[in-house]
Amino acid sequence: MSISVRNLRYVYNPGMPGETVALDDVSFDVADGSILGIIGHTGSGKSTLLQHLNGLIAPTSGDVYIDGQCITDGSTKMVDIRRKVGLVFQYPEYQLFEETVQKDIGFGPKNLGLDEAEIDARVRESIRLVGLEYDDVKDRSPFEMSGGMKRRVAIAGVIAMNPKILILDEPTAGLDPSAHRDILAMVKRIHDEMGIILIFVSHNMADIAEMSDKVLVMSGGKVALEGTPAEVFSHGKMLADMGLGVPPAREIVEIINSRVPDFRSEALSIDEAAEDIKRYLEGPRG
Amino acid sequence: MIRDITLGQYYPGDSWVHRLDARTKIIATLLYLIELFVVNNFYGFIIAAVALFVVIGISKVPLKFIFRGLSAVFLIIAFTFLLNMFMVDGTVLWQWKFLKITQEGLSRAFFMAIRLVLIIIGSSIMTLTTKPVELTDGLEKLLSPFSKIGLPSHEIALMMTIALRFIPTLMEETDKIIKAQQARGADFESGNLFQRAKSLIPILVPLFVSSFRIAQDLALAMEARCYHGGKGRTRMNEIRFDRGDAVAAVMMVLFLAAIIASRFIKL
Repeated sequence: MSISVRNLRYVYNPGMPGETVALDDVSFDVADGSILGIIGHTGSGKSTLLQHLNGLIAPTSGDVYIDGQCITDGSTKMVDIRRKVGLVFQYPEYQLFEETVQKDIGFGPKNLGLDEAEIDARVRESIRLVGLEYDDVKDRSPFEMSGGMKRRVAIAGVIAMNPKILILDEPTAGLDPSAHRDILAMVKRIHDEMGIILIFVSHNMADIAEMSDKVLVMSGGKVALEGTPAEVFSHGKMLADMGLGVPPAREIVEIINSRVPDFRSEALSIDEAAEDIKRYLEGPRG
Repeated sequence: MIRDITLGQYYPGDSWVHRLDARTKIIATLLYLIELFVVNNFYGFIIAAVALFVVIGISKVPLKFIFRGLSAVFLIIAFTFLLNMFMVDGTVLWQWKFLKITQEGLSRAFFMAIRLVLIIIGSSIMTLTTKPVELTDGLEKLLSPFSKIGLPSHEIALMMTIALRFIPTLMEETDKIIKAQQARGADFESGNLFQRAKSLIPILVPLFVSSFRIAQDLALAMEARCYHGGKGRTRMNEIRFDRGDAVAAVMMVLFLAAIIASRFIKL
């Protein structure tokens, strides 16, 4: 399974007074089993890009290939794409609608035309994957759950489609720090257990640095930077100009780099920074 | 399709018509609509149409924009036209089985169609040149004398403002929910009428929940800013009549005289 995006261009309201180019010549690849983190300022085209990947929006020009198959030439059936590519929108808990958690999670598999036994098996499996207990939650109404739990249920609703590619648009937006950590750990576990491609958007640079194999930086509808977290976050100045930044740990070691002449660190996480500082303090000095 | 309806849409501009007091425009529009029913021959419509196009010319709203709004109600106009054409008795011009076109029917059909077109353009020119907020402010001012007899004019105006303000928000919300359910394989296009109605549930339930949430947030935000209704409330932009409105009033009177005079022109 792989994704290739070639010269994608999308224009909102073409020929109207409100014409806006949302995506301009966007090309990138995602390798099998990898995690792609996307960062970008609000309005940089991230959400528009995600919606192209499962056919919710048809591009003005350019192509998207899922597993070598072009999904933008009009010949592919949308159901087939959505079976492969699961998309979790921002604040997915606002899409819950069924009376019970079980029915809500079963909505996707049911749309795929699966039989009852298979639907039930998938509901059980996805509830387990999002870290909930099937017997505890199956008959509860999603509307009476806490924010973090609702979000888990909503994500389970997409996982139950058994996608080969899972896309999450700001999965941790609006959550408290502990729910934030839980959701992130859960997403990572889902990726590892299901062996799928994971694409996620976040404004939290530390999360991006920690999770991603590859980072895509969007700015003004274009791909501004692309590479491993280490490569991307070495362009601190450029990211700051785009209204973005580097992980907090990196910010701190950059300050130490500039003030302590013989200290040098390119840490992205707090652990790495601590290691580098420890090594410096224990090492032979001046 | 929804975007094509210009009725109720605002076209930004800074023309003389745009700057008129909203009350002037509401009264002028009402008067214009009444006058369209005073008209009893085609000369009256010529006067009314000329007056309308003069106003459109001054307002600088592109004609293309105005006629786009008309296309949305084209079916209603066509239906009225056909109904009048075939249903009126008189001198028969053309006949095929039970269908017949009479001279009177034809002239009545044109008469009604022109009246409808003028009504729609006439009222859309008001909403096209007036911001929704100004419109509801004007309406509140106009209705305020009735508050003495218990009409909650401020509340009515506020309700209209909120309703207008949240149309785009709810449209965006609907779009988001539809996409999210499509991503879960929902199908809104196929199946019979019953199945299609049922497929709307995954959209309607979240939309209701969202509307209540938005309403709750809005109510809280208003309370946090000490909103307590219309009594003693002042506003940032106090609307007042000025010279432009006086000119408009004179124009209205002249136009009214012309329309009444047109009734006495014999064909």
